[in-house]
Amino acid sequence: MEKVFEKTKGLTKNRMFYCPGCTHGVAHRLWAEAVEEAGYRERAVGICPVGCSVFAYYYFNNDCIGAAHGRAPAVATGVKRVSPEKLVYTYQGDGDLAAIGTAEMIHAATRGENITIVFINNTIYGMTGGQMAPTTLPGERTTTTQTGRDTSKAGFPIRVCELLQSVTGVAYLERTSLDSPKGAIKTKAAFKKAIETQMRGLGFSLVEVLSTCPTNWGLAPAKAQQWLRENMIPYFPPGVFVDKLTPVLNAEKDAKKEK
Amino acid sequence: MKGNEALCEAAIRAGCQAYFGYPITPQNEVAEYMSRRMFEEGRQFVQTESEVATINMVFGAACAGARVLTSSSSPGISLMQEGISYAAATEVPCVIVNIMRGGPGLGNIAPSQADYLQATKGGGHGDYNVLVYGPVNVQELSEIVYRAFDKADKWRSPVVVLGDGILGQMMETVDFTDMPIKTNDLASKESWAVTGCKARDPNILYSLIIVPEEMEKYNWHLQEKYAKMEAEEVVFDELGCDDAEVVAIAYGIVARITKTVIRKMRDSGKKVGLFRPISLWPFPYARLTELAKDPKRKFLVLEMAFEQLAQDVWLGVKDRDRVEGAYKLGGVLFNPVEVEEKINSLL
Repeated sequence: MEKVFEKTKGLTKNRMFYCPGCTHGVAHRLWAEAVEEAGYRERAVGICPVGCSVFAYYYFNNDCIGAAHGRAPAVATGVKRVSPEKLVYTYQGDGDLAAIGTAEMIHAATRGENITIVFINNTIYGMTGGQMAPTTLPGERTTTTQTGRDTSKAGFPIRVCELLQSVTGVAYLERTSLDSPKGAIKTKAAFKKAIETQMRGLGFSLVEVLSTCPTNWGLAPAKAQQWLRENMIPYFPPGVFVDKLTPVLNAEKDAKKEK
Repeated sequence: MKGNEALCEAAIRAGCQAYFGYPITPQNEVAEYMSRRMFEEGRQFVQTESEVATINMVFGAACAGARVLTSSSSPGISLMQEGISYAAATEVPCVIVNIMRGGPGLGNIAPSQADYLQATKGGGHGDYNVLVYGPVNVQELSEIVYRAFDKADKWRSPVVVLGDGILGQMMETVDFTDMPIKTNDLASKESWAVTGCKARDPNILYSLIIVPEEMEKYNWHLQEKYAKMEAEEVVFDELGCDDAEVVAIAYGIVARITKTVIRKMRDSGKKVGLFRPISLWPFPYARLTELAKDPKRKFLVLEMAFEQLAQDVWLGVKDRDRVEGAYKLGGVLFNPVEVEEKINSLL
């Protein structure tokens, strides 16, 4: 029998403890495959967050650090500055990145740090039991917005890609969605571009991955993906916001053609 | 050299590869000096966005096996407490200099010693300790910062050096003869540092241990390490304590002022002594206990804080009531005249 698919070496053999239907599992696999296929697993240093993916270091098969909540971009900066040849990435949820870690996120971007952030946006705090996140949609029910997020009291969701778009140090910025297999393919392609951006020293890269939280949304996995499609995509439109990689790749292609 | 700058040169000689810092008076010269010198030496410097970011960059660089330094002053050090707890818990080496200033709150930019308890009794959450030193002059500040990198590596621990606004600003000569150029020994850190998992299993540096019994085991491991540090890393200095009727206890700039007074009083035949802790954690309790065996001997703590160093002196003397205290708060310095009067009043 021919082996047509196997688990990437970018993931460990450990069983993941994510909820059924949680897209963390998919995101982990896509990222690990991207790292491994690019040949950087042995050079990779992953900075893991606080949140549902706090144990990501048991799943990613490379050197990892467990950072304090929100501080991963600063930790990544420390690692990258003293070991610039490494592929340094962070994997963060919406609380970690867009609440407590906003300053560290923006300043790593504005310094143009050659790090890559994988940002998992599922509009809710999973690990702590379903509270409001900075990305929670207006009207969305969470344990701290039990009648739906009231923007007059609890403010508005933050759009990270739109926010970072204006920051000069950003070299690659894309939002993708895990609502479908097509979205998964696009997510992996974005991961690969972000990795390439870093390894070419072009600057800061971030991929925002729209994700589901079936457990805290109270929806079955497929319904959760539908909810994502219908509610999150209009507010957080997928797309490429900054791409300094493609011009570089095109220039190289043109140079080759001339030869 | 100015204290703030001398400690930079000492760190560079010790092989410091990265400095991360945020401006705060009275230690801005450290970041300014490093912003020039580190790049001259082909090393890394980042002016960060906050002390919170600073300590986490320090943590990251330390995890990657580098020799790393930061400095700040009291309010900034408060912001670093979470990161110090993480570094202690994850057992990664780093050197942190606190040029103490008046507090609490925003305080002022005058010198102070009121971060003693914060540094020596934890400041961050959880059961942990870090090495803490209190140098007395610019030479000692330089030597302690220089050796701090070796100590940090040896014990896989943060090392805190407590200076104060005066020590940072003072200009004195520094002899770097006993501080030869060193480089970081990255190979010695391969077993734990995140240097890339080529030809080995991944190294994971984390501090989350969910199962209480496992966390308990880990905490006892840390305590065993601290017990070894307590046995090996005590450092102190003393002058005239053996026959002293009154022993003054002080560290840092206060010890310097007190030493002048003690010398003068001894020259005039008075039996007084100075006990100067240099390691503040581990604290030199044993020598104080020994000195306290003479029931007629009196003790006077002098510090620019309220009953902070005093608490460790009470533990060493084993009798709170035997220890007098002289406390200067809010950034005010002792003057030698009042120190002499206070010691005289106990004779």
